[in-house]
Amino acid sequence: MASLKELKNRINSVKSTQKITKAKQMVAAAKLRRAQAAAEAARPYGQRLSAVMASLAGKVTGDGAPLLLRGTGSDQRHLLVVVNTDKGLCGALNANIVKAAKVKARELLAQGKDVSFFLVGKKGRAPIRRDHADAVARQFDTSEVRNPGFAEARAIADELLTMFAEGRFDVAHLVFPVFKSALSQDPVVQQLIPVAASQGEAGAAGSGVVDYEPGEEEILADLLPRFVRTQVFAALLELAASEQGASMTAMDNATRNAGDLINRLTIQYNRSRQAAITTELVEIIAGAEAL
Amino acid sequence: MPLRFELVTPARLVRSEEVHMVVVPGAEGEFGVLEGHAPFLSALKDGPLRVYRTAGSTPETLEIRGGIAEVGDSGLTVLAEDVEEQTAAG
Repeated sequence: MASLKELKNRINSVKSTQKITKAKQMVAAAKLRRAQAAAEAARPYGQRLSAVMASLAGKVTGDGAPLLLRGTGSDQRHLLVVVNTDKGLCGALNANIVKAAKVKARELLAQGKDVSFFLVGKKGRAPIRRDHADAVARQFDTSEVRNPGFAEARAIADELLTMFAEGRFDVAHLVFPVFKSALSQDPVVQQLIPVAASQGEAGAAGSGVVDYEPGEEEILADLLPRFVRTQVFAALLELAASEQGASMTAMDNATRNAGDLINRLTIQYNRSRQAAITTELVEIIAGAEAL
Repeated sequence: MPLRFELVTPARLVRSEEVHMVVVPGAEGEFGVLEGHAPFLSALKDGPLRVYRTAGSTPETLEIRGGIAEVGDSGLTVLAEDVEEQTAAG
């Protein structure tokens, strides 16, 4: 049985932990709203761009198509772009992302493909290094900026495009969490390069005869890198929203756990206090009777 | 007849409104878009985008960087990577 002083200290330490988790929870809730708004604000651009892409990709086919659209012709070397957070305190979010990446990597390795990693964010580094130490091609650091924005997305995408142009991989997949609600963020694996253009007449201009300036191929060549950038950007935004959502949930749980723990410790503290008083009384009475 | 005009960046929907005419800095020269323009898709160069709310009004100038413009049945959609709003004259 711990002494009264020890119990008191323990309760105080749990209380201050609870204060921290509570504060973090409220910060996350406030940031979540902003992150969600940002993710929603970015959606129209992505939608319109894919619509234009779809209407254009249908027209430019065959050998004339840019490399980014038709790929290198082989699918031997795969690159997994894994987007993780920079900070912890967000529950199992990073673990889930890493797990999804590893499942994909194992699947590709089982098919005899080569797999390498491009890591964004700090938290994915250690767990992926543990299993695939030699396969980490590049780590992109986003820890210095507070809110990764389009500038970071552009930097990441441009690096990927350079690597692709140098022929260092054939297919790139993007692994990132999709924000569904504060309770669930599911990691998904999405093909990034070559660009998988969704076919169909989604384009607003797809119906009639459309004039192109300078030309279909030039526009497509200009559009494809933009599309990759947008996808990376969308992934970053989803990640930001997921991080705050997961953090809010995790911190809520932690706060509640701390509360339970405090209650239990308080009961224990009161019991031992009473036990001590009882013992003292018994001793005094026994002493008085002995006289 | 007004022209449906949308200006979108990755970060947000900057403009979505009915205007008279928009002058767009196309890759092969500036072009103006009025209601009923033929379907058209053009790459853009960095430069000023001028929005005329009504015929003859002073245009509002927006500095855009990197993008494409699409003219379809639903109007004009400009997708730009970056937009800098100038002094909104008019």
